[in-house]
Amino acid sequence: MARIRTAPPADRFPASRGKSAFPWILTAAFLASVAFSVREAQIHPGLLLDGQAAANVARFVSGMFPPQLSRDFLALMVRPAIETLQISVMGTFIAVLIGIPLGLLATSSLSWSGVLHERASRRGRWLLGFLPYAVSRAVLSVFRAIPEYVWAFMFVRAVGLGPFPGVLAIGVAYGGMLGKVYSEILESVSPRPLETLHAAGASRRAIVLYGLVPQALPNVIAYTLYRWECAIRASAVLGFVGAGGIGQQLELSMRMFQFDEVLTLLGILFVLVAAVDFVSGRIRARVV
Amino acid sequence: MARVVAAARPTRWTALWVGAAIAALVVWSSHGTQVDLGTLMSAEALQQMWTYASRLFPPDLSPAAVRDAAAGAVETFAISLLGSVLAVLIGLPLSLVATRTLLFRGLLYEARPLPAVEKTARVAVFGAAKAALNVLRTVPEIVWAMIFVFMVGLGPFPGVLALGVHTGGVLGKLFGEVLEDVDPAPLEALQATGAGRFRILVYGILPQALPQFVAYALYRWEVNIRVAAMLGFVGAGGLGQRIHIAISLFHEHQLLTLILAIYLIVTIVDALSSYLRARLV
Repeated sequence: MARIRTAPPADRFPASRGKSAFPWILTAAFLASVAFSVREAQIHPGLLLDGQAAANVARFVSGMFPPQLSRDFLALMVRPAIETLQISVMGTFIAVLIGIPLGLLATSSLSWSGVLHERASRRGRWLLGFLPYAVSRAVLSVFRAIPEYVWAFMFVRAVGLGPFPGVLAIGVAYGGMLGKVYSEILESVSPRPLETLHAAGASRRAIVLYGLVPQALPNVIAYTLYRWECAIRASAVLGFVGAGGIGQQLELSMRMFQFDEVLTLLGILFVLVAAVDFVSGRIRARVV
Repeated sequence: MARVVAAARPTRWTALWVGAAIAALVVWSSHGTQVDLGTLMSAEALQQMWTYASRLFPPDLSPAAVRDAAAGAVETFAISLLGSVLAVLIGLPLSLVATRTLLFRGLLYEARPLPAVEKTARVAVFGAAKAALNVLRTVPEIVWAMIFVFMVGLGPFPGVLALGVHTGGVLGKLFGEVLEDVDPAPLEALQATGAGRFRILVYGILPQALPQFVAYALYRWEVNIRVAAMLGFVGAGGLGQRIHIAISLFHEHQLLTLILAIYLIVTIVDALSSYLRARLV
């Protein structure tokens, strides 16, 4: 951030400074893939201007107003709304439980290289450090590359409908992301305090506790809170595949063309997301 | 550095407070969702998951299945790319009119203040743009997808529209924050040379904001490739549609092939995006 602000404008795109071919290649590749994608995705903007489409939109919009605000409906929606919040909290909690150990193992400066391991033998480093490092990296990559919706779908199949598969899906997918980001944060800490502690004869545990953790903790907390904000959005949507919460109601109302209910549910969702953003922002401002 | 050290030690009471609140929240949620770590790690739950996972193996690598997965991956890629491009096209203009400092306040309007009527009109435009961005962002992609499927029928096209509209709202907000956050020094320098508002925007604000715009757009592309894989669940094409079918019909081996395809395409896009970010930003 700071680097970007202080650099003079001409240096923004280093590639464009010299007579590099990179911008041209990039532009050509970009245009080619857009053209290819337009064909592949069967883009027909005309469909949007179609009379049928306009009629459908009119039906949708007029169906939305007035929103369904009857007491019965709102009372029925309290439980799913709370459930959505709880899924997001529990999912993030499990993600942290998955992310911390895997993230620690996936940090090269902790598991096999750098100041902590200067005294270890080479073979010891390889077996106890590099192997777990590589395995945990691979696991994290699988966890986070498969989207939470797919995880949710599979967990619904494996353990049945309800909030449980939603929690697991968020836990696994976000655990993968948290683990990766935790390891990046840990690797980017300044090595100087660690070396100082090392030189002062501190034990490995002391180096981690007094050198590494204080530097990394604020960022770790901030990123975890950010993921919680993402989780409340995701948990609202996971209901579409049967993982409980307000998403399930949203899907039902959409399928039954009850657009007035859809509007109310979107309003509830908006309030939930805004509330989580607010709380998380407050904590973040305190911590970071 | 000083900031980090200071932040690592908020007062002991704050830490305790926040810690207790979080613990209470987790206990309450665990109660509500009936998930506790005991059941999670119980033999029964692990058994269920293991049974399901072992049924997925081996992946179906017959030419037909692989071709189908590849077609789905290409379609998902196309949806995510076009969705992100559309999002920039929607988010960029909206963010320009949803930024106070561009429209009616701050440095640009110091030298020549706006007449009251025009200022009111501009505040109204600003409010409308902010509200539009909020609506676009609040409605989840999958709901947009259902709306667009309803409008233009099944296929990848509604998926592109859904991604573009929702992500447009997200990018509009992020771009707006970048625009409000630029370093004022170059703008003041431009203003001192007598540059007008438009010149200050083009030569002072946009060059500062552009790298962040690129970074955010690439980041959203990484998000969108994952979302594009899901939108198929409501009929918006791509790998999601095939996964939905494979899960519904219990074609577990094919499902694993499709999951491998998702893993590949997501990893490729992540790598491409971080390469471009390192190169451009």
